[in-house]
Amino acid sequence: MADSVKNILIVGVGGQGTLLASKLMGKCFVDQGYDVKVSEVHGMSQRGGSVVTYVRYGDKVYSSLIEKGEADIIISFEQLEAARWLPFLKPGGVLISNTQQIDPMPVIMGKATYPDKVLDKIREKGVQVIALDAKSLALEAGTVKATNIVLLGAAAKFLGFDRELWLDIIRTTVPPKTVAVNEKAFDLGYNS
Amino acid sequence: MSKSLLLGNEAVARGIYESGATVVSAYPGTPSTEITENVVKYGEIYSEWAPNEKVAFEVAHGACLGGARSFCAMKHVGLNVAADPLYTASYIGVNGGMVCAVADDPGMHSSQNEQDSRHHAIASKVPMLEPCDSQECKDYTKLAYELSERFDTPALLRLSTRISHSRSLVELADRENRELKPYTKDPMKNVMMPAMARGAHVKVEKRTEALRRWAETEAVDLGVNTIEYNDKRIGIIAAGTCYTYAKEALGTRASYLKLGMVNPLPIQLIIDFARNVGQVYVIEELDDIIETHCRKHGIPVIGKLLFPLVGEFSQNTIREALLGEELPRQTFDEPIPPRPPVLCAGCPHRGLFYALKKYKLYVSGDIGCYTLGAQAPLAMIDSCVCMGASISGLHGFNTARGKEQAKKSVAVIGDSTFCHSGVTGLMDIAYNKGISTVIVLDNSITGMTGHQNNPANGYTISGDPTTAIDLEALAHALGIRRVVTVDPFDIEAVRRAVETELEAEEPSLIVSRRPCALLKSVKHKPSMRVNPDKCVGCKACLQVGCPALSHVPGKDGKTMAAIDPTQCVGCAVCAQACRFGAIEPTVKEEN
Repeated sequence: MADSVKNILIVGVGGQGTLLASKLMGKCFVDQGYDVKVSEVHGMSQRGGSVVTYVRYGDKVYSSLIEKGEADIIISFEQLEAARWLPFLKPGGVLISNTQQIDPMPVIMGKATYPDKVLDKIREKGVQVIALDAKSLALEAGTVKATNIVLLGAAAKFLGFDRELWLDIIRTTVPPKTVAVNEKAFDLGYNS
Repeated sequence: MSKSLLLGNEAVARGIYESGATVVSAYPGTPSTEITENVVKYGEIYSEWAPNEKVAFEVAHGACLGGARSFCAMKHVGLNVAADPLYTASYIGVNGGMVCAVADDPGMHSSQNEQDSRHHAIASKVPMLEPCDSQECKDYTKLAYELSERFDTPALLRLSTRISHSRSLVELADRENRELKPYTKDPMKNVMMPAMARGAHVKVEKRTEALRRWAETEAVDLGVNTIEYNDKRIGIIAAGTCYTYAKEALGTRASYLKLGMVNPLPIQLIIDFARNVGQVYVIEELDDIIETHCRKHGIPVIGKLLFPLVGEFSQNTIREALLGEELPRQTFDEPIPPRPPVLCAGCPHRGLFYALKKYKLYVSGDIGCYTLGAQAPLAMIDSCVCMGASISGLHGFNTARGKEQAKKSVAVIGDSTFCHSGVTGLMDIAYNKGISTVIVLDNSITGMTGHQNNPANGYTISGDPTTAIDLEALAHALGIRRVVTVDPFDIEAVRRAVETELEAEEPSLIVSRRPCALLKSVKHKPSMRVNPDKCVGCKACLQVGCPALSHVPGKDGKTMAAIDPTQCVGCAVCAQACRFGAIEPTVKEEN
């Protein structure tokens, strides 16, 4: 078993920018000399459905998937998705979650209920939960579109690599016009 | 050279580039689309979006006969469309090398079925390679060209969602510049009539045997088919993703025969491996192709006895089935509402479907974003089979049930899907005097696969302006006299057109035209808002199924509608669903 491999699950709602976050993470781990696999979801589920991206790094990574009970960290862009993907968290794993709530269509239509106090209930199970209002922080940075970078910032703080390294990767990856906003968003997440 | 973190599909594109290929044709289809999108970045290669996979395959085969190294890409169901040229191109062979990538979708992340394209490789008798990561995606693309030219055959590259859409490290190399091979007229080789084809078939059977010997010998030397001995009590035979899952789950607790070539299979190698290990397990997603092949040769393997025929595998599939181990996990104790994909806020398809919802229609559906119109609350699609089937299927339905049915039914099909294979169905209706009503949802783009240009939108793959099919003129040319164009955001106009055309005793084409809301060129209006004095909380607006709409607590214990201004793009379809005029623009429009 590849115990030296770290597993990061990024979950959210199609359109929230999980792909860019995973791409930036992948680059960071490659720069640190690790073997890396990132698995993405394209196509139909991107249209507002539940989406998941797997990021794995270590000495040698075989599978590109992260399975139930394997994630060291789950980064959730939305509360309900944190609950949905909770079974993938390893015992002792950490959940970093946006506090934003996005109602899925069955909830909008009144056919299902959005559970209340999702993150508190996960915390009560003994899971370490780092919660932040990434949408508000992104708006503070200048655009709601930077929600993904706020969450990346929060995760980066937890992962422990150098802050400048992350900022360098952001500068070379995002469109030049959005560098300032994304830097600010990253720091708001990093310092939250 | 440096290592780059590439998607499997990007790595295939790199392999095409490094191989010195010069002609690429494809039709978009998840999970294969990004191969061609990445090829566009290499100026040395001509690339194009073809109207469908059959055309793409024929373009690539024609280019290889012309002496170039050529390529085409498609999703698994696309290879059904291209199967006709594939099976005969197998007989003809190549001049320059030809590679066709086909991407399967185990688990159906974005597909209508879960077919296993290895069947096509076996049936058409062409070699098929299956990479397990991005490095192999690149290497096997290059190897496929070598095999194609050496054995005079098109070569298939089998991908899957997990391979195509996973990033891993790839070592890059330079492009090999190749001269165009000379073309010599050779009807015995290139013209498949019975007299020539009889000889060609004999050649193909000999070729398969030669490829099998290659798979048992040189493929082993190259590390394409490779054995790794660890604990010999368990022997695993696997290819592609399944090999990585097995390594992840079992590590050195098993020995492995990793197959990089999945057709033809290296029988002697499998026999040797089976002799040296205890129980052999075949781990393969979808069908039992390797397993059946082993059994045919008397090798007692276990496969589908333990592993399912359906869905995508993972390391847990193997842990649980083979070791009986389950990793500890935590669960959320309350029901979690599902989150199905939905039509985007401002999607032009929503207005069209909402307008149709008033009538009890049979709606013959097709493949694209608008298939999502099948989901509640719109729930507007009666059938969805394959690309283009909406139109021909409607003609069949109405022929079976008669003229009155034709007045209560429509087909809905996108612009790209119409060009792909809808136009032939419309030809059938006109030619055979049907009276069905067909609606083309023209959003100026191939949407679901992530915005590819198509023959109806006026731009090539690289964004250069080109000729655009005039859908209305095309319908006239086919013999459809009743052609009307509507704006799907204008619900009343859509309804007038639908009522009129359904009543008509001849076939009609309605073009519902408005560009996809996600296109950068589309200018959005300011968001709508709910007037709390007018909203009575009736929830009629929720019937449009827009993700920007919800209901929140209002006055007197009732609920009222709410609109998320960060999502709303002001399409005003919901405002037309409100009988109380409670949904209004945030900014008065200037007239």
